[in-house]
Amino acid sequence: MTVVEQVTFDCRQAFADELRLMARADERIVAVCNDSVGSSNLVGFREEFPQRLVNVGIAEQDLVGVAAGLANAGKIPFVCAAAPFLTGRALEQIKADVAYSDVHVVLCGQSPGMAYGELGPTHHSIEDLSWMRAVANLDVIVPADPDQTRAAVRWAAASGRPSYLRIPRFKVPAVTPPDAPFAPGTAVRLIDGDDVTVIAIGSLTSRALDAADRLRAEGIAVRVLNMPFVDPIDVRAVLAAARETRGIVTAEEATTTGGLGAAVAAIAATAHPTPMRILGVPRVFAPTGDTAFLLEHFGLTADGIAAAVRDLLGTSDTGGGHG
Amino acid sequence: MKLPADPERSQRYGELSARLRASDADVAAVELRRISREVRRSIVRMIDRARMGHIGGDLSVTDILVTCFWGALSLDPQRPTWRERDRFILSKGHCAAALYSTLAHCGFFRQEELETFMAPMSALNGHPNKLKVPGVETNTGALGHGLPVATGCAIAARLTGATWRTVVVLGDGEMQEGSNWEAAMTASHHGLSSLTAVIDRNRLQQGARTEDTKRLEPFADKWRSFGWEVRDVDGHDHAALLRALGPSSAGQPVAVIANTIKGKGVSFMEDRVEWHHKVPTHDQVDQALAELVG
Ligand SMILES: Cc1ncc(C[n+]2csc(CCOP(=O)(O)OP(=O)(O)O)c2C)c(N)n1
Repeated sequence: MTVVEQVTFDCRQAFADELRLMARADERIVAVCNDSVGSSNLVGFREEFPQRLVNVGIAEQDLVGVAAGLANAGKIPFVCAAAPFLTGRALEQIKADVAYSDVHVVLCGQSPGMAYGELGPTHHSIEDLSWMRAVANLDVIVPADPDQTRAAVRWAAASGRPSYLRIPRFKVPAVTPPDAPFAPGTAVRLIDGDDVTVIAIGSLTSRALDAADRLRAEGIAVRVLNMPFVDPIDVRAVLAAARETRGIVTAEEATTTGGLGAAVAAIAATAHPTPMRILGVPRVFAPTGDTAFLLEHFGLTADGIAAAVRDLLGTSDTGGGHG
Repeated sequence: MKLPADPERSQRYGELSARLRASDADVAAVELRRISREVRRSIVRMIDRARMGHIGGDLSVTDILVTCFWGALSLDPQRPTWRERDRFILSKGHCAAALYSTLAHCGFFRQEELETFMAPMSALNGHPNKLKVPGVETNTGALGHGLPVATGCAIAARLTGATWRTVVVLGDGEMQEGSNWEAAMTASHHGLSSLTAVIDRNRLQQGARTEDTKRLEPFADKWRSFGWEVRDVDGHDHAALLRALGPSSAGQPVAVIANTIKGKGVSFMEDRVEWHHKVPTHDQVDQALAELVG
């Protein structure tokens, strides 16, 4: 299947709408923010539940600590803050107060990846997947479109566990089929194929689909998997890809140090080695530019993904190693 | 690669700032007001061109920046990393347009460069980057970082027996970050009299008034209780700012609470929260530029 229509969405609206629906049904749900009512699209929530919005001001460490306290007393806090400051500034609160203390806090990283393009590296949240994946007892969820964003909110509200949701701001087309599963450790198979597997998350999912379209015209059958739960990841889908196709390309709007690509590589390397290409942002601070420019700059485009697949096939033709 | 200096402007800046620092505050203020107007006009043009920016905070901090650069700091745009320079840090890095405009007016780089603000591959990122922009001491943008770094600069000055000073400019909303209060304690513990923190007290933050978001008052008392000398001034009165930027009188770090108006100088932006980062239409730009003359 391919992208049905090229209407694109800023997932913050889906996030905010679903959060309000959930809050109507469950009075334990509260929103906690850091002077980010507007940027997290919480204006409607504030109007409807003025008492259930806690704005701690510009103070991210306080933000996450307060959320942990709210959870301790039976509330279900959705912490809504720009992803770079939430994950970077409050990393230890996330580790100690939320994950290690095992409280039901939903960390909602807004405008992740390079959504804040021109605002630069302080505002880019590309390290977050590496950081969050390094913390035990924390689910890491990267929705790819509005439907997955809604599913993620519903799931996180009911999970009873610490989780990190990465809410896209950069506009993306709808990619999830209506019957797509949404569960921990469950990949979504968007396209079947046996030549190469592309595993993509978030903003790169639709680009992976476009790449698969192009490659199909060249006679290359790409399997496209979307992995909304980066943690816990779908180990079986990764191993099947390693076994059944000639290699794996991963694509994420994050540094390649420890996100999706690293997770997939660790599984493949230890259980079923296979050629891989890991697409993402290398370990550099981005130059100035808008989001689309930066994605292009780092090769995070349909062309970039297609090129990686071709490259991998070339390598695997000469290097062997697929089972 | 850092942007090269504008030698002619640097030269003129050096002469003018030396003269202003030697003259009476009220006399200097006349010239500073003129420079502030020019800086404000270029900020509006930069944001108009980029169609992005933080115009409200840029306009509230302009008089502070201009007074610091022309009236209080010892700097040489042609030698931006000169060891004995005073250190200046804009902690509220989202007001990069105001800083860039100020730096270009001093001659740290050519004014034409301002036209590239936030364009692809520009040195002028949305938040200042010291690796690309001369005159920037540390990369800011995430709030709550400038004061700790400035405190370190001031400790280093003391350790090396140097006479240069450190000035850091913060937003008032930014003072909600706990890191600032940690540094405030460090600075007073060390009696860092060469350190000055100027707080752009425009009473607005991103989404609302500071006092409705997370109360800062009694603000001066907070600083005093942390061991700082406090100077409460009109942040648009250049002469008052000049005096407030004078040396510490009690052997302690100095907090200048600069009472300002967000969006200062443009009637329809003044004290309105939405102008934190709203972008004016071209008509509004024309109106703003028309108001920023005379
Ligand atoms: C650590 C961190 N949290 C949040 C933000 C987002 N942010 C940018 S500007 C701003 C408001 C700043 O208010 P204030 O310090 O009063 O500045 P001013 O009103 O002078 O623009 C916020 C919340 C940020 N840049 N850094």
